[in-house]
Amino acid sequence: MNDLISYIWLIPGLPILAALALTFWPVAKRKGAAWLAISAMALSFVISLFAFGAVPRSAEEGVVTRLIHNFTWFDVGTSSMRIGWILDPLNVVMLVMVTFVSLLVFIYSMGYMEKDPRFVRFYAFLSLFAGAMLGLLIANHLLVLFMCWEVVGLASYLLIGFWFQKPSAAAACKKAFITTRIGDLGLFIGMVWLYGEAGTLLFYDAGQGCLESSSLRLIASLPGMAGMTAAATIGCLLFFGAMGKSGQFPLHVWLPDAMEGPTPVSALIHAATMVAAGVFLMARVHPLLTYPDAGTQALSFITWVGAITALIGALAACAQTDLKRILAFSTISQLGYMMLGLGTGGVAVAMFHLITHAFFKALLFLGAGSVIHGCHDEQDIRYMGGLRKIMPVTFATYGVGMLALAGFPLVTSGFWSKDEILHAAAHWHGHPAPFIMALVGAFLTAFYMTRQMCHVFFGKNRLQERENASEEHPVVPHESPASMLMPLRILAGLAIVAGFMGTPLFPWFQSFLEGGTLEWHGTALFHGSTLGLLIGSSALVLGGLIVGWWFYSSLVFDPLRDKDPLDEKLPAGWFATLRAKFYLDEFYESTVLEGARLLAMGAAWLERHVMIPMMPLFAFGTRIMSWITRFWDEWVINASFDRSCKGIQNQSERVSTAHTGNIQFYLQIVALGFVLLAIIWIWGGGQ
Amino acid sequence: MDTLIPYLLLSAGLFCVGLTGVMLRRNAILILAGVELMLNAANINFVAFWRFHPGADDMSGLVMVLFTIAIAAAEAAVGLALVISIFRHYRSTDPEILEDLKG
Repeated sequence: MNDLISYIWLIPGLPILAALALTFWPVAKRKGAAWLAISAMALSFVISLFAFGAVPRSAEEGVVTRLIHNFTWFDVGTSSMRIGWILDPLNVVMLVMVTFVSLLVFIYSMGYMEKDPRFVRFYAFLSLFAGAMLGLLIANHLLVLFMCWEVVGLASYLLIGFWFQKPSAAAACKKAFITTRIGDLGLFIGMVWLYGEAGTLLFYDAGQGCLESSSLRLIASLPGMAGMTAAATIGCLLFFGAMGKSGQFPLHVWLPDAMEGPTPVSALIHAATMVAAGVFLMARVHPLLTYPDAGTQALSFITWVGAITALIGALAACAQTDLKRILAFSTISQLGYMMLGLGTGGVAVAMFHLITHAFFKALLFLGAGSVIHGCHDEQDIRYMGGLRKIMPVTFATYGVGMLALAGFPLVTSGFWSKDEILHAAAHWHGHPAPFIMALVGAFLTAFYMTRQMCHVFFGKNRLQERENASEEHPVVPHESPASMLMPLRILAGLAIVAGFMGTPLFPWFQSFLEGGTLEWHGTALFHGSTLGLLIGSSALVLGGLIVGWWFYSSLVFDPLRDKDPLDEKLPAGWFATLRAKFYLDEFYESTVLEGARLLAMGAAWLERHVMIPMMPLFAFGTRIMSWITRFWDEWVINASFDRSCKGIQNQSERVSTAHTGNIQFYLQIVALGFVLLAIIWIWGGGQ
Repeated sequence: MDTLIPYLLLSAGLFCVGLTGVMLRRNAILILAGVELMLNAANINFVAFWRFHPGADDMSGLVMVLFTIAIAAAEAAVGLALVISIFRHYRSTDPEILEDLKG
């Protein structure tokens, strides 16, 4: 079973091959294209399951068993570039999750994209997207990871801008690409630095890898920037990349705009393939951050950024009216939680939330897609309402996802994973503020999800009040086809069950990732502050749900006519700030974009007032130069050559008169020469 | 007549007569005749040197002369053919008019 590692490349390989095949696929063969992509992904899923079985569980605390397969990529001179695949508990859970969620999204897209003219291309992009993410997961080399990371960025660009005929989508895909690229610059510098210090980018290489103790000891002993060690500096630089990719403040601005893509793409971006990459990267390089001598600055930085992101995302989500944008901000907020968990608790805490979040966020997005599909591409939650009776399956599954995201006590996965993070934050030695921010965020999460549920599923339907609806062509919402509902049902089940693999009572997930004996902790709940925290967070969540219901229940509130209750309760201007996402886009508009614009204007001024007036001068200089060269050519080079040619010609004419053409004359000359030679010979005594 | 010199003098005289004819005659056919005389002067030299050579028992000088005579016959045929060709072209056998290669 252990030679499975040498075939592990098939997991990303199959979807990428499918993407390649679909590039040349006939446009009309839509069914076949979908089934090709789906079967490639299903095969990857099966291989991932085998891989999951192949990774041995370590019984020793803190020791993780890894399967490594390194090989030479190419040789340069005497040194060779070695890359490799890795299989360890960290990426194997991700592999299973990503292939599974992608598979469901692929199946779901069959229904959602049914009428799109570029159906085949959509599947090609989706396959590339998922394949690149899977390649990123199995890479045992930071450069390979980075390459897959960039392909993920490219695929996200293509998919967010899939409906590029919409100007907003075209702008959104550019924004996503450029914003993540800013973070990638940090990642790239960190990578180069790491290579410079450690001499290798292989993560694990029989004691020689850059995440193994000999390299770590070296890097942690070197000085970095701003008083940090090199290890902490490189950690911060790598985190910049993760900030861009995983939508951390202040580089999160691309994520809400990315909602311009088709909804299955949003589900894929938010659950499985894109934003998870940043968290995964930080989990992968976690040994670098936690090495004893490395200093804690990088971890503190990650913690603070995570906490701020968690709070800001939750606040902005409270005031949005676009169904998918609310979910986008909730993703930003949850990613903040993951980073917070990574900074305070470690890999297992963050990864647990990543996995559970992937399931319920995929569920929520696919549910949102079902709602949008059923409401004929309406995305404004103020015009929805009453869908509870029209779309019962979507309502039930969406409700499960919403409760899981809010962290409804005991029965949902979100509760257990978020509680782990809160627990870790509470015991952080740095500062109590991140913990308090996380608590506020938890309350707000429950609140804004209730707000959304009330708008979409309760009350009476308001689609008819849209301007384009009329008496003759009424806009009637409908339930979605079975291919879209099936993934919803499966994900709803997982959104509940996934939490039970990591409860404090039976922490299977944590021990799988970090090693250690696994046993039933019957009393773990009553140990230390665990129970108090559980009760406290439960109270917060329930409070959020109740406040939300109290504000937005259909009995007291009509979204189309009334002012938002939050707007009334808060001081003037606060709600508008939240709705405008803290004016961050406007801030970037007025600083970064305005700066670029000023630069361009400056260049234009320089062109107009300096370069153009100088043009005649340049022209004059060029003319003088050409006169000089012409003189030199004609009177020095050409003249001397011509004259010597003339001389040769004259002499040749003179010589040529000797050629009379008369044979007898020639013979006379020959005879004369012979006689002369004979005379000289005799004169000289016959010697 | 047991010395080489009179034979060589005869040969040299024959050669000079032939050469004079080649250089001065205005008729291509007679020029060819001059060439034949020069060849025969050379043949006399061959035979004379062979006769007075220490190893005169072999037939090398005679064989050489026989070859030369055969080749001279062939050469005379070629020469006459050339003369006829020239005559057809120029309606004359005077070498003075053959000046096409004049520089």
